[in-house]
Amino acid sequence: MNAPVRSVEAAGDRVARFPQHKREEWIGRLYAYACVALLVVTIFSIVWFIASKGLTPFVSGAIRFSDLLFGRVWKPEGEPALFGALPFLAGSAYVSFLAAAIASPFGFCAAVFMTQIAPKLGRTVLQPAIELLAGIPSVVYGFVGLSVIVPFLREVFEGQGYGILAGSLVLSIMILPTITSIATDALHTLPAGLKEGSFALGATRWQTIYRLILPTTLPSLLTGIVLGISRAFGEALAVQMVIGNAPFVPTSLLQSAATLTSIITLEMGNTIGGSLHNNTLWSLALILLMMTFLFVFAVRFLERRAKR
Amino acid sequence: MMRKSIVLILTLVVAFTLAACGKNNTESGGAGASSDSPSPGSSAESSAPASGEALSGTILAAGSTALQPLVEAVAAKFMDDEKYKDISVQVQGGGSGGGLTQVQAGQVDIGNSDIFAEEKFKDADADKAKELVDHQVAVVAMATVVNPQTGVDNLTKQQLNDIFSGKVTNWKDVGGADQKIVIVHRTASSGTRKTFENFALGGPSQDLPGSIQDDSSGNVKKMVAETPGAIGYLALSYLDDTVKAVKYEGVEANVDNVASGKYPVWAYEHMYTKGEPSPVVKAFLDYMLSPEAEKDVIDGGYIPTSQMKVVRDVNGNVTNK
Repeated sequence: MNAPVRSVEAAGDRVARFPQHKREEWIGRLYAYACVALLVVTIFSIVWFIASKGLTPFVSGAIRFSDLLFGRVWKPEGEPALFGALPFLAGSAYVSFLAAAIASPFGFCAAVFMTQIAPKLGRTVLQPAIELLAGIPSVVYGFVGLSVIVPFLREVFEGQGYGILAGSLVLSIMILPTITSIATDALHTLPAGLKEGSFALGATRWQTIYRLILPTTLPSLLTGIVLGISRAFGEALAVQMVIGNAPFVPTSLLQSAATLTSIITLEMGNTIGGSLHNNTLWSLALILLMMTFLFVFAVRFLERRAKR
Repeated sequence: MMRKSIVLILTLVVAFTLAACGKNNTESGGAGASSDSPSPGSSAESSAPASGEALSGTILAAGSTALQPLVEAVAAKFMDDEKYKDISVQVQGGGSGGGLTQVQAGQVDIGNSDIFAEEKFKDADADKAKELVDHQVAVVAMATVVNPQTGVDNLTKQQLNDIFSGKVTNWKDVGGADQKIVIVHRTASSGTRKTFENFALGGPSQDLPGSIQDDSSGNVKKMVAETPGAIGYLALSYLDDTVKAVKYEGVEANVDNVASGKYPVWAYEHMYTKGEPSPVVKAFLDYMLSPEAEKDVIDGGYIPTSQMKVVRDVNGNVTNK
């Protein structure tokens, strides 16, 4: 670092005007801007690509948007072809919300255990174990679901085992890490004084948890749950393997049903690009994207509430 | 003013660096290519057409996942062959529809498909199928399979229609055990399902509530094997003891019956090219039909087209060879 001093002087005026820290500033800024620009371009081109394909059926007048949203019959190869996506919308909504309903209590309890009850054991055993769940590929979940959960449901209940319940159970394990880690973060940031005050007033630990900790961290917990639902909504492979994929609005939790993602993965490869069937699958992808945007807005809303 | 000029300079610097990178790459790439293969490339054009054509190039095939393993196996053998060592063949999946779309758009050299292009390119797209040239490389036959506990071993066309239309919902009505029927179907757009519908049922079938659908033969086999009362259909190569293949109209699903035309539930595996294939692609397609590839065809559970005593056209008319 000493040697360049002379060369800096020799370079004279120009270098004096652009000292090293200024140049670094500019390089850093340029690099950051370039990355951000590339990201924005990528995101917008993805949205534009899906929208341009997904809107074609409506623009050309082949399908009405309301028919797609509320139609109950999916018969893409029929005469006439019918594209009613209500079965898939219902299937996606059922599995995601049910999965979140199953996973949330577990996630919250695990978080409470890790932060309030046994922090040491929680940090060394429970947390890595739950984080490990996030690293398992979804096809493995699907296969475990197909080999364990479906036969189990078939034994316990009447029916085939495939359906919403099997899908929700698989998904609930998959979204558990999301819900748990966000709940844990929220509980960690809770001011220690709050808890100590509660104990000082004579509250038991259980009273402190459900009268104080749960209400205070509720917006953050909801954020975690919404993120979990959004992950469940977008999961394709694991659900597709255990849900049965019959394109009907299910009347029972144990009846074969389908989701937006499962129908897209199953049929996209078999259809000709540019055909109505293919474009309608893109419309479903667009609906999926819109739902994800909704979830993102919901999360932002909840975060703002949490900060208040 | 000054800030702007700095931004401009930096942009130029980045642009030049990137450009230099690009140039380097192409140079080294070019150098690599020329040092790798100076002889075959030049000899193919100049001196050696007499001593067996030393073709070079790359072939990209994509499409049907059912056909993919066979094409991959033959491609590996093809690339090992001394004569074709300068040709590289890449095989990708993506489904029959994807393969046809991509070959039609010129994105791949060969589009693998389970069904005739005419069946996929319909109505407004019908002209697109005319640009494609069909190369039938093998025959795949499908057997109706049931869970072993159902207790049936023969189903007629009428019985199959009753089952897949939901008229019959218990195995005892078709001579089996007293067990509820669970249909394991393929998705509506699947080529395997089309074959089964056209040649076993004789027409399209409806999706029924409560039926299970999947598009992977491995999963279908697992589902039929494990779900009591399940019925599905699988290519012959997937059959084993976990599922029971039933006779169709009293005819067993096996290679001999398919080849002689007695067993009707089969389809061609197609490899489509856009227009007539280039010499390199043609060499590979010829190889697919050669005696060397025949072993892979049979090992893969397919039937070589050379063994077929009958031919079938797009409209499903079967004639003797």
